[in-house]
Amino acid sequence: MRRLGWLAVLVFVCVSLGQAVSLPAQPVAGEELQISHGEIGRYGGRLVVAQKSEPKTLNPVLALDAPSREVMGRMNADLIHINRDTQQTEPALAQSWKVSPDGRVFLLQLRHGLRFSDGQPFDADDVVFSFQVYMDAKLNSPQRDMLIIAGKPIAVEKAGPYAVRFTLAQPYAAAERLFDSVAMLPRHLLEKPYRDGKFESVWSISAPPAAIAGLGPFRLKEYVPGQRLVLERNPYYWKADRNKNRLPYLDEMVFLFAGNEDAQVIRFQAGDTTVLGRVGAENYTLLSKDAASRGYALYDLGPSLEYNFLLFNQNDLTGKKLEKLAPAQSWFTNLQFRQAVSLAVDRNAIVRLAYAGRAVPLWGNVSPSNKLWFDSALPRPARSVEKARELLKGAGFSWRGDGQLLDPKGRAVEFTIIASASSAQRARMATIIQDDLGKLGMNVHAVSLEFRALLDRVFQTYDYEAVIMGLGGGDADPNPEMNVWLSNGSTHLWRLGENKPASAWEAELDQLMQKQMVERNHSKRKQLYDRAQQIIGQNLPFIFLATPNVLVGARSDLGNVKPALLEPNLLWNVEELYLRAATGGGR
Amino acid sequence: MSPRRKIWLALALLMALHLFVVFADFFAPYSPASQNRDFPLAPPTRLHFRDAAGHWHLRPFLYATVPRLDGINEYEESRGQEYPVRFFVQGDAYKLAGFLSSRLHLLGVDAPAQISLAGTDSYGRDVFSRVLHGGRISLGAGLFAALISLSIGTLVGTLSGFYGGWMDESVMRLTELFLVLPWLYLLLAVRSFLPLHLSPLQTFFLLAGVIGTIGWTRPARLVRGVVLSAKHRQYVLASRGFGASDLHILRRHILPQTYGVLLTQAALLVPQFVIAEVTLSFFGLGVNEPAPSWGNLLASLQQYNVLVSSWWMFAPALALVVFCLGYTILANLIHEQIQSIPA
Repeated sequence: MRRLGWLAVLVFVCVSLGQAVSLPAQPVAGEELQISHGEIGRYGGRLVVAQKSEPKTLNPVLALDAPSREVMGRMNADLIHINRDTQQTEPALAQSWKVSPDGRVFLLQLRHGLRFSDGQPFDADDVVFSFQVYMDAKLNSPQRDMLIIAGKPIAVEKAGPYAVRFTLAQPYAAAERLFDSVAMLPRHLLEKPYRDGKFESVWSISAPPAAIAGLGPFRLKEYVPGQRLVLERNPYYWKADRNKNRLPYLDEMVFLFAGNEDAQVIRFQAGDTTVLGRVGAENYTLLSKDAASRGYALYDLGPSLEYNFLLFNQNDLTGKKLEKLAPAQSWFTNLQFRQAVSLAVDRNAIVRLAYAGRAVPLWGNVSPSNKLWFDSALPRPARSVEKARELLKGAGFSWRGDGQLLDPKGRAVEFTIIASASSAQRARMATIIQDDLGKLGMNVHAVSLEFRALLDRVFQTYDYEAVIMGLGGGDADPNPEMNVWLSNGSTHLWRLGENKPASAWEAELDQLMQKQMVERNHSKRKQLYDRAQQIIGQNLPFIFLATPNVLVGARSDLGNVKPALLEPNLLWNVEELYLRAATGGGR
Repeated sequence: MSPRRKIWLALALLMALHLFVVFADFFAPYSPASQNRDFPLAPPTRLHFRDAAGHWHLRPFLYATVPRLDGINEYEESRGQEYPVRFFVQGDAYKLAGFLSSRLHLLGVDAPAQISLAGTDSYGRDVFSRVLHGGRISLGAGLFAALISLSIGTLVGTLSGFYGGWMDESVMRLTELFLVLPWLYLLLAVRSFLPLHLSPLQTFFLLAGVIGTIGWTRPARLVRGVVLSAKHRQYVLASRGFGASDLHILRRHILPQTYGVLLTQAALLVPQFVIAEVTLSFFGLGVNEPAPSWGNLLASLQQYNVLVSSWWMFAPALALVVFCLGYTILANLIHEQIQSIPA
C-alpha cells in the first residue's frame, strides 16, 4: 500500500512535469483555428513589459485605464478585429459575416470548437450574454456609448449555436469596427454574478486566476501587488501558425509596474524588459545611442493618430459661480481672438522643443498619417504675429504703452494655461505658447496640474481658462470621434453638456457627423468628413498644435515584431512574438 | 590669520556672491526668459584664447554654435568667424532695482553668436543667466525666512526663558508641536487653497512665510536656554536689586548674551531654508515658469534624458553648494569665535 502511494506521487510528478515542458497541443478535430501568417517561431521564453502603473481591474466591461486595458487585451478576444498593421477589419472569433443590403443587419458566424482559457466551450450564448452585459445601462461600461446607435442599443439574438444576428437601428458606416476590443465573456462564469447584481465586483485585480477565463492568447497566472502581474500561455488559444503549431509561442508575459516613462526607459536600457511602449523623443534619442551594443532595436513609426491642442473654456457657466471667468470667456468665444492665437503659436518650435523634432505640426484633428481620412486641402496658415495683431485690432483689442494687450472694454488680457504635470511635453508646450502669446501682449501663465485635478476642472467644475490636452489615437475611423464633435457629445470639450448646438457652424458639424456615420460609401463619407474638418479648422474650437511620432523599442532577439501606429503598438500581435534565443528575455 | 579676520573674509566673499545675484540683470548676459528656440539643450560655449592660425589672444573669443545636421540637439562650432567676448554691452532691457531702465550687461558677443557660459535649457534659454536670476528667489526666500524665524524665535524664546512657569511650559509644548508638523504636506494643503496662478512675488512671500513660520522652533529653544542661564547671573540679580525693570534687564543684560547664538543660527538657517525653498520648487510648489529659481531649474533633472546627457543642467546645484558651503563656514567661524571668548 505504501509502495502504491509512492507510485502515485511519482506518476503525479511525472504528469505535472510533462505538462510543464510539453508544447501546446496540436489542433483537435472540429476546432476551427485561425492561421496566422507571421514567421514560424519557436516556443518558450517570457516577454517582460514595464507599465507606468498597475491595472485597476481585470474586468473588461468596467476597465477605463490604459494599463488595465493593455493587460486585458492579451487575455481576451473580440468577434471582429481591427488589424493594427493594415488598420482594416479581419475575422477573429467570428469566422465570417454577412451584411443585409440596407446595412442594418449583421449575421456573424462563429468559429466552431473554440474553448475559453479554462477549457469550457465558446458559443453564441456567450456572445449574446456578453453584449447584454456591455449594453446594461447600470454597469455604465465605457464600450456602451459605441454600441448605442441612434439612441437605441444594438439588438443581439442567437441565430444558431454558432451564429449571432446583430440589428442596428440605422445603417452605420464601418459597423464591423464596432466589434473591435469588445471582449467576449464566459457565460458559465459570469452569468450568476451578473444575475445576482454582483458583476461590478467580479474579476477585480485580486481575483484568483482560476476565476478568470478569456479567449485571448494568455491567461492570468499570478498577481503580486506592487510588483508584477504574470500571464501564462492559454493552451486553448484559437490561432495557429502555418505549420499548425498552436499559438502563442511565449510561455509567459510579465507586466512590471515602473511608475513613469523614465523608469520604463531605464529598465529597457538595462535589458530588464523585452519591449518598450511609446516613449518621448528625447528618451528615444538617448536610447538610440547604444541600441546596437545593448541589443535592442528602436522604431520611429511616424506621426501618431492623436492630436494635441490648446482648448479655451467656452462652457456655459450659468449657476457655476465662476463670474471671475466672464472677461476671459468674452475673449475665448471671439473667433478672431482664437484665430489670432492660432496664428501666433509657433508649431514648429513645439515640434522641435517639445518633441525633439519627432512630431508634425497640426492644423486639424486628423493626423497626416491617417491616410484614409486626412484632408490635404485643409489650410495650414504659417505663423504670423503681424497678422495675429491685425486680427486682434480688427476685433477691437488695443495695446497699452508697456505692450500689454487690452480687450475692447479696456481690461488687460491675462489668463492661465493648465497642462498635466505628468506630461513633460504638454508642460513644455504651455511654456512655448506662453512666450508666443506674450508677443501679442497677452499675459499668459503656465501652470502644471496633477492629471486628475486637471480632468476635474475640464469635465466637472469648468474652473479653468485654457488647457493643453490630447485626444484620439484609438482608431483611424472618424466614428470614435463622434462624442467630441457632436454638440451633445460626452467629450465636446469646449462646451460640455449642450442640448442643442450653440452656433450655426456647430449645427452644421452635427449634421455632417451624423451623416457620415450612416454613409456607407467611402468617398461620399470622406467628402462629409473633409467638410467637417474644414469647419473645425475655420472655427477653431481647439487650437491644434502637433502630433508626436510613435516611438517604440524591442529586444533584437524578439521575432515577428511588427510595430503599428494603432495601440497597442507592439503587443497587438503578441501571440506571434517569439524569442529567437529561447533562453533570453529574463528567463 | 586671526579668527576675526577670517570671519570678515568669509563675509566679504559671501557678500560678493550675493551681489552677483542681486545685480543678476547686469551680470547675466541675457534675460532669463528669452528663448533661443534654435538651440535647445546646447552645451556651454567654449571660450578660446588661441585662434586657428595659432595666435594667442588676450581677449577671449568664441565661435558661433550651429546645430549638427545628423543629430537632434547636437551642436558644433562653426569655425569660420571669431566673435570676441565684449564687456559692458547693450542687450536685453531690464529694470535695475525695479525702476532704473537699462540695457547694459557685463558680457556679450555679437549676434548671431551666443555666449552660454552654462549651456542652454530645453527652450534654448541661457542657464547661466537663469541661475543668477534664480538665486534671487532662492537666496531671498532663505534670507527672508531666516529673518522671520529668528524674530519669532528670539521673541518667544526670551519670553519663555525669562518668565518661565506656565508660559514656558506651553511655549515649549508648542515648539514640539511645530517640530512634528509635516511641513511639506502643510504647504501642499496651503497651496491647494490658493488660486492656480500666483505671481512670483506672491509665491516668494508664501514660501518664505511658510518656511519661516515653521522654522522658528530651534532658535526659540536655543534662545530660551541662554536666557534661562543668564537670568540667574549675579549681575542680573544685582540689576534687579537696584530696581531695574524687566525691559531694561532684558535689553541691557540678557539679550546681548543671545547675539552669538543668533548669529550662528542665522548662518546655519539661511542655507537650510534655501534648500527648503529649492526642495519645494523642485516639487513644483515654487514659482511658475518662466521665472527661474534654483529649485525649478533643478526640476528639469527629474527627466532621465536631461540627467544623463545634459550635465550643465547641474549648474544650479553647484551654485547651491557654493552658497551653502560659504554660510556653513561662516557659521563655524562665528561659533569658534564665540567659544574662544571667556564667559
